[in-house]
Amino acid sequence: MLRVDRIELGIVLDHIQAGKGLFIFQKLGLASRGDPTALLMNVPSSKMGRKDMIKVSGALDLDLAMLGLLDPGITVNYIEGGEVIRKLSPGLPQRVVGLIRCKNPRCITTTEGYSPPVFTLVDREKKEYRCYFCGEHVRV
Amino acid sequence: MRTPTLEGRHFIDSLDLSPAEYDSLFSLAERIKGKPEKFSSCCTGRLMATLFYEPSTRTRLSFEAAMLRLGGRVLTVADPATSSVAKGESLADTIRTVASYSDLIVIRHPKEGAARLAALFSPVPLINGGDGAREHPTQTLTDLFTIKTYKGRLDGLTVAFCGDLRYGRTVHSLIKALARHEGMRFILISPEELRLPERVKDEVRALGEGIELAETTRMEDGLAEADVLYMTRIQKERFFNEEDYLRLRDSYVLTREKLSLAKEDLIVMHPLPRVTEIAYEVDEDRRAIYFEQARLGMWARMALIARLLGVA
Repeated sequence: MLRVDRIELGIVLDHIQAGKGLFIFQKLGLASRGDPTALLMNVPSSKMGRKDMIKVSGALDLDLAMLGLLDPGITVNYIEGGEVIRKLSPGLPQRVVGLIRCKNPRCITTTEGYSPPVFTLVDREKKEYRCYFCGEHVRV
Repeated sequence: MRTPTLEGRHFIDSLDLSPAEYDSLFSLAERIKGKPEKFSSCCTGRLMATLFYEPSTRTRLSFEAAMLRLGGRVLTVADPATSSVAKGESLADTIRTVASYSDLIVIRHPKEGAARLAALFSPVPLINGGDGAREHPTQTLTDLFTIKTYKGRLDGLTVAFCGDLRYGRTVHSLIKALARHEGMRFILISPEELRLPERVKDEVRALGEGIELAETTRMEDGLAEADVLYMTRIQKERFFNEEDYLRLRDSYVLTREKLSLAKEDLIVMHPLPRVTEIAYEVDEDRRAIYFEQARLGMWARMALIARLLGVA
């Protein structure tokens, strides 16, 4: 069994869908941090069968909206003194700025690039968002 | 009841105004129509800028006539696409600059959502004069005022929309605004390729309980039951492919013979310009009210301008 030491201060991203860990690791830019960081893949899970996990030592300002978009089932554990002091599931964010591109070729955001695309969640089940500008629906 | 205040607000989407706010505008438009001289100087010293990135005759003239009749003045950029845009200026910068010269901006743009983006950068009220195939809220204001004037109500009506329901922004705006009223029934007449987009249908269903939406490709199917027939042009400028346009452009033509199937108190509306979809012989029928609709639009726009500027 592979063992990774527990962390005193930091964040553990748990319940990442198996296979998505590396992508999330890269999206969060964790490779360039100086602090110890571990990516665990295909960890046995009673709830999910297999899951990925990321353990990050030290303070980290997480973009929860992005995390929720990348994997709405993820759990974020905040660790202090070796204990979990807060646990949250970001889920799909209600409002997303600059992370989704509008697929409508007639949308103003396709030509006026200085303004980040803004999307609001319209259907949590279908993972469907609506472009604030043109009203186009996109699924994430 | 207190008059809802619209001063300083933008008008981007037909749902930006509540039914009560529309009602208040209709009352003011009615008063202006009855005694225009009473309002002929309420915008003295005010400037309205019109930025039309797409060709327009009616909407621009209607706005300009409205402002001039209120005693205000108008700044017009005849073709912004060949001026500032050609030099690479962003929409945001254009709006910031124009807003520093004027008290009110009217914008028409071929891209969907352009008016909403422009409003983010405008410190003065901004009116959407049409953005791509998405919205045309002041046409909705005109259309609702026309229906109210002729039918005396905005609820319990069967409204047939005919023509290009996919790209027809006047239809998208109007059907949503009507959906907020009780007992509405909509008959959607279009070729398969130009059906009302699903997202608009979803919005309509979400806006009102028990709304009936029926779809057909045959004009005759919808005529007998309609209280309002809303004709639209098949718009060449919305097609990426000219062949598709040529195949679909004459899908529906309202003639005197077809009109004989309709109710005696039907009203035939059209946002104009008309191309081939209404035969000229229909103009003589008293149910054809589209030119009066255009005139009512001017009174309605006068009311809107006056309220956004807080002068009436």
